[in-house]
Amino acid sequence: MIQVSDLSKSFTLHNQGGAVIPVMAGATLSVAPGECVGLTGASGAGKSTLMRMVYGNYLAAEGSIRVGDLDVAGAEPREIIALRRRTLGYVSQFLRVVPRVPTIEVVAEPLLVLGVARDEARGRAAALLARLNIPERLWALSPTTFSGGEQQRVNIARGFVHGYPALLLDEPTASLDAANREVVLELIEEAKARGAAILGIFHDEGARARVCDRLVDVTCFTPGLA
Amino acid sequence: MTGRIFYENSEISQKFRGAERPLLAVRGLTKRYGARIGCAEVSFDLWPGEVLGIVGESGSGKSTLLSCLAGHLAPDEGEVVFDTADGLRDTVAMAEAERRRLARTDWAFVHQNPRDGLRMGVSAGGNVGERLMAVGARNYGTIRGQALDWLGRVEIAADRIDDRPRAFSGGMQQRLQIARNLVTGPRLVFMDEPTGGLDVSVQARLLDLLRGLVREMGLSVIIVTHDLAVVRLLADRLMVMKGGRVVEQGLTDQVLDDPQHAYTQLLVSSVLQV
Repeated sequence: MIQVSDLSKSFTLHNQGGAVIPVMAGATLSVAPGECVGLTGASGAGKSTLMRMVYGNYLAAEGSIRVGDLDVAGAEPREIIALRRRTLGYVSQFLRVVPRVPTIEVVAEPLLVLGVARDEARGRAAALLARLNIPERLWALSPTTFSGGEQQRVNIARGFVHGYPALLLDEPTASLDAANREVVLELIEEAKARGAAILGIFHDEGARARVCDRLVDVTCFTPGLA
Repeated sequence: MTGRIFYENSEISQKFRGAERPLLAVRGLTKRYGARIGCAEVSFDLWPGEVLGIVGESGSGKSTLLSCLAGHLAPDEGEVVFDTADGLRDTVAMAEAERRRLARTDWAFVHQNPRDGLRMGVSAGGNVGERLMAVGARNYGTIRGQALDWLGRVEIAADRIDDRPRAFSGGMQQRLQIARNLVTGPRLVFMDEPTGGLDVSVQARLLDLLRGLVREMGLSVIIVTHDLAVVRLLADRLMVMKGGRVVEQGLTDQVLDDPQHAYTQLLVSSVLQV
């Protein structure tokens, strides 16, 4: 479902003397449907960079990134937009939303964009928020005022509300208590069971051991180290 | 018929032939002010339902470009091909009367200053109804009903329908301008700094409203702004302009998070964090 081949990337800092920083070379990995692959490596090794490239958020210099039928590395913006709508979900560590929009709308939005009827979309959003222990009295409020752990769970709800065939998870359990961590791990297991291909970063070793089928150390894709 | 064009073998005709095709195709659009460049060699496609943001500092040519696209300014060179009900048409080469008809029907233009897009001496309901009458609506009850419906959609209370926009706050005036523009169901909306003169708290509400309308009506939008936060939340794609030229374009979050051009890097790194 996700197939990365010989991917490389460097950053050129035009306003800092044109410094060129190579950050990745020869990255190759694949994730099959129903499989969860964990990225490992020290901070700065390029885990998030690789994930952002798969999402089309960072440009690739060379190589290919196939998600379903699309090569993200050479795709038109509108193709990536369509891919993100239907096929590829992403739970980042940061929640970015229009201020003052109610939490329930934030979570229902990916479904509304897909044309799901308003009532059904809100119903599915509500079920997921309840499962992630976000109190109902908060649903009508904007998540921008929430605590870190609550925002993280809103982000997770947004990422799981539609059954994406491919999912990217950037530390989904990072700031959660034991009960909510358990809910998130169950959501990941359910997604795998329905055939989703998952690529994730988990600093939480217990979580990693439980949901990951394989690990890929990105250190071997770091230029100059491999 | 003026402006009728046949792109039998051109690259544009290839793109327009499929079931899925762009709504607008711009090629080599150039506008000079004497020796000075307004905008130069701008080319892009806009697809149905897409929101395109155009950013750049003052004087970068973004407003000139928008004016040329919307037919308010005549470009010196280039084509603006729009997928009209009568087929592909280069709106630059169209007769003025036809372009005006397009501006009343398929197109809409939201000005930064609501006073430029509203009739300040006419009631709120009249402002919305006038646009309907311009496309042939005659039944008073229907017009008033639709005006009321639209005031509701932009969150203006029904009991304000007979008030003049002068009595409205800046945010309300801007929402009224949006209602006046969208009531006729346009397919392409041009926006020039629509959140520009508004308080931050009012901006957020307007952004949320615009996002909902774009989604529900399947609108295509070209929005000019200098506010990177606005385009991040509203635009699917981004074009960065400097000195009248497009220096970089791509997916909005990609351009903002992994800018390739020196100017875009400067622009992104210059935003103050709050």
